[in-house]
Amino acid sequence: MADLTSNFAGIESPNPFWLASGPPANSGDQVMRAFDSGWGGAVWKTLGNPIVNVSSRLGSVNYGSHKLMGLNNIELITDRPLSVNFKEISEVKKRYPKHAVIASVMVESRADWEEMIRRVEDSHADGLELNFGCPHGMCERGMGSAVGQEPKVLQELVAWVMETTKLPVIAKLTPNITDITEPAFAAQKAGAHAVSLINTIQSVIGVDLDRLVPLPRVGNASSHGGYCGPAVKPIALRMVAELARANEFSLPISGIGGIETWRDAAEFLALGATNVQVCTAVMHHGFRIAEDLIDGLSNYLDQKGMNTVDGLVGAALPAFKEWGDLDLNHHVVAKINRETCIGCQLCIVACHDGAHQCIHPSEKAGAPADLPHRVPWVEEEECVGCNLCAFVCPVEGCIEMVEERRGDEVDTWNTRVKDGRDHVPGGLSDS
Amino acid sequence: MSDSPIFEAPPHRLESGLEEKNAPLNPGDALVEAQRCLYCHDAPCIPSCPTAIDIPTFIRKIATGNLKGSARTILNANLLAASCARVCPVEVLCEETCVYVGWNRPPITIGKLQRYAMDHAASPDLLPRNPPTGFSVGLVGAGPASLACAGTLSLLGHETVLYERDPLPGGLNTTGVAPYKMNLNESLAEVSFILKLGVDLQTGVEVGRTITGKELLDRHQFIFIGPGLGSDSKLNIPGEDGEGVQGAVAWIRRLKTEPGYTLPPVKNAVVIGGGNTALDAARELGKLGVPHVYLVYRRSEEDMSGYLHEWSAAKEEGVTLISNAAPREVLREKGHVLGLSLARTKDGKPTQDALADLPCDFVVVAIGQSKLRGLAKEFPGVELTEDGCIKADPQTFVTGNPQVFAGGDARNGGKEVVNAVDEGQRAARAIDAQLRSSSTPKTGSTSTDRENG
Repeated sequence: MADLTSNFAGIESPNPFWLASGPPANSGDQVMRAFDSGWGGAVWKTLGNPIVNVSSRLGSVNYGSHKLMGLNNIELITDRPLSVNFKEISEVKKRYPKHAVIASVMVESRADWEEMIRRVEDSHADGLELNFGCPHGMCERGMGSAVGQEPKVLQELVAWVMETTKLPVIAKLTPNITDITEPAFAAQKAGAHAVSLINTIQSVIGVDLDRLVPLPRVGNASSHGGYCGPAVKPIALRMVAELARANEFSLPISGIGGIETWRDAAEFLALGATNVQVCTAVMHHGFRIAEDLIDGLSNYLDQKGMNTVDGLVGAALPAFKEWGDLDLNHHVVAKINRETCIGCQLCIVACHDGAHQCIHPSEKAGAPADLPHRVPWVEEEECVGCNLCAFVCPVEGCIEMVEERRGDEVDTWNTRVKDGRDHVPGGLSDS
Repeated sequence: MSDSPIFEAPPHRLESGLEEKNAPLNPGDALVEAQRCLYCHDAPCIPSCPTAIDIPTFIRKIATGNLKGSARTILNANLLAASCARVCPVEVLCEETCVYVGWNRPPITIGKLQRYAMDHAASPDLLPRNPPTGFSVGLVGAGPASLACAGTLSLLGHETVLYERDPLPGGLNTTGVAPYKMNLNESLAEVSFILKLGVDLQTGVEVGRTITGKELLDRHQFIFIGPGLGSDSKLNIPGEDGEGVQGAVAWIRRLKTEPGYTLPPVKNAVVIGGGNTALDAARELGKLGVPHVYLVYRRSEEDMSGYLHEWSAAKEEGVTLISNAAPREVLREKGHVLGLSLARTKDGKPTQDALADLPCDFVVVAIGQSKLRGLAKEFPGVELTEDGCIKADPQTFVTGNPQVFAGGDARNGGKEVVNAVDEGQRAARAIDAQLRSSSTPKTGSTSTDRENG
């Protein structure tokens, strides 16, 4: 059994799975139940001057019969008195000394930051997460992502915090920015111990077409919200990986964004996250998913022969490259398994209308002689290996992308340009 | 259908108290089922429908919440899609070809989804109409073939008049579909829908009795004959005539239309026959609470012409098959049916070998329907096949008389509603092509002139 214990920027927890700051970590009761279900840590719902929230608050993107592919919220920070929150944090830490409890904080003035940090320290929380990510409601008040989008301001704020406390400090970053490395380096310069990302993405979840009001509807209006859930995972993975491979960036990263399963978590770890935080999946399925997260990751690490989570951290980063360094001699071709094909021909229409016109119906001339009716065939010399057919095929494993290299040596665009065998970036060439 | 029926159903019908076989889908279930459809390219379900409804497209439109568009897609291919959704043997048509079947998964419930779209969004306004042409077509019978033909012609701009001998229009859809499949009201609503496309209907008109074929030929440029079949065929055995023995079609008609009809207390009912009408009658008897229902069939179980899925369901519901047997006599005492005397059969023919008498108190005869042979004589040049079906070209449905077309059960000898609809619609397009290439319209005012003159 792999050892799942985690040390993130000096904060220890039984495993790398933390509740992200949000509705599941809103109260002591919830956090304690989460720990009982197996969660290793929790970042408390952001503390600040309590606000009044709106109703309704959430919007969902459903895909087919799958609910909550993406979730958007216009809920703000805690709406409960700070004294109650801190009392509960103390209580949780007393009862669960080995679990990590992080206070997420968002206030405005330096005096408020100092006051808040003092109260966090008094509560015996294990660390601070500075919410520089919230992209709705709070940013209009000069907080949250308004800070995360201004690296200089972020750096100054982190510096205030670092002067005030000895607790581990995590800067939570917003993805609503062109270059994620800028605020991350600003946090590093100011002395933060770690960063966490991504916070939610600015979004409008949809429009009520009967009323012609955006969603979620509050009376006869709405506002943009923060997007999260499985749909944002690819965006989060890219940002985590981008930062993890950045030269001279040395802070640990807490990966956040659409993590629902142990596979998702493993992917974040493989691309450089030291631990992960989960919110939407818990909102959807409850704290009980921790059991599979732990069990699945543990089994995976065992299978990979990794004794600790750290063995996985960053393991896929060397393979995350610039496009120009990819091997142009790598080539895959679609192969359709005629035994398992059900004849829906979705691959044909996808290939013909959306790809490279190389998958044909069984009745078309050139088909293999013994091809069963409605089983499509691939004109392999025309197949570019795009994968689209395999993705639209409803039968798992029916279309396989088989590697057929075009040359023994690795050939990249960058080497071709360097050798004068290809045009330079931005240049026009007819060859 | 969203339209309220123009016709009123007779009061106190036995049928109105019976349950439906298939409960309609609710919006949530319809959405989930529609989303399950793979939206196949060149989908095999389309050609398996005799009217070639673009099934994946109408299902996708349900999934996107475009119910009107879904209903339009369906109706463009099949004007009687509401009844087809209920009575089609989807198990051997569209649903059988669903790619999920080959994948060992349940097929998309196409019939139910079609019904859902029809129930929620069908409206005469969905269909495009040509401006009036002044041409006129008369149609004999107001069953599925004629309704589909008339509706199609009306949308193409032609005047259409249905002549129906029954007081209630709709043909077997109205009077002959087992109640557990479709209620009479649903058929009447569909007839109303067709009439709202601009079709005229005259009920109580019987060609050859209240009006002659010649009169119709004078009134209209073209005539479509779609009267269906005649009365139930008889066994021609002793004791057959009298109370307690009914033809299947006549009996189902009573359930559906006769005010105050109730089934007498029956302990053992026997249905004679092995086709779909026999299975319908047997299943309906069971649903009406008859404790023992027997099916007497002159050949073996494998030879039954009824659909396997219907027979399996009948068996599950407790219907007992007595195969390779034929009735010799209906045994009666003081007029009341006591039982059936049965003969063993060989190759479907009764032998001298008697089987034990089968005690029963109700007998339904479902061995086919007679052909309306007399009707052809009303139209010079219209011929019959040896079986008594009207001869017509299988593509254009024109008969031996170039002014007369025919389709539906009267031509094909008795198939599904969807086949009748297909034939009626194709005949309509052939008639339309003829009209557009012919000379002056014989205006629809001919009949009015006659009345005025």
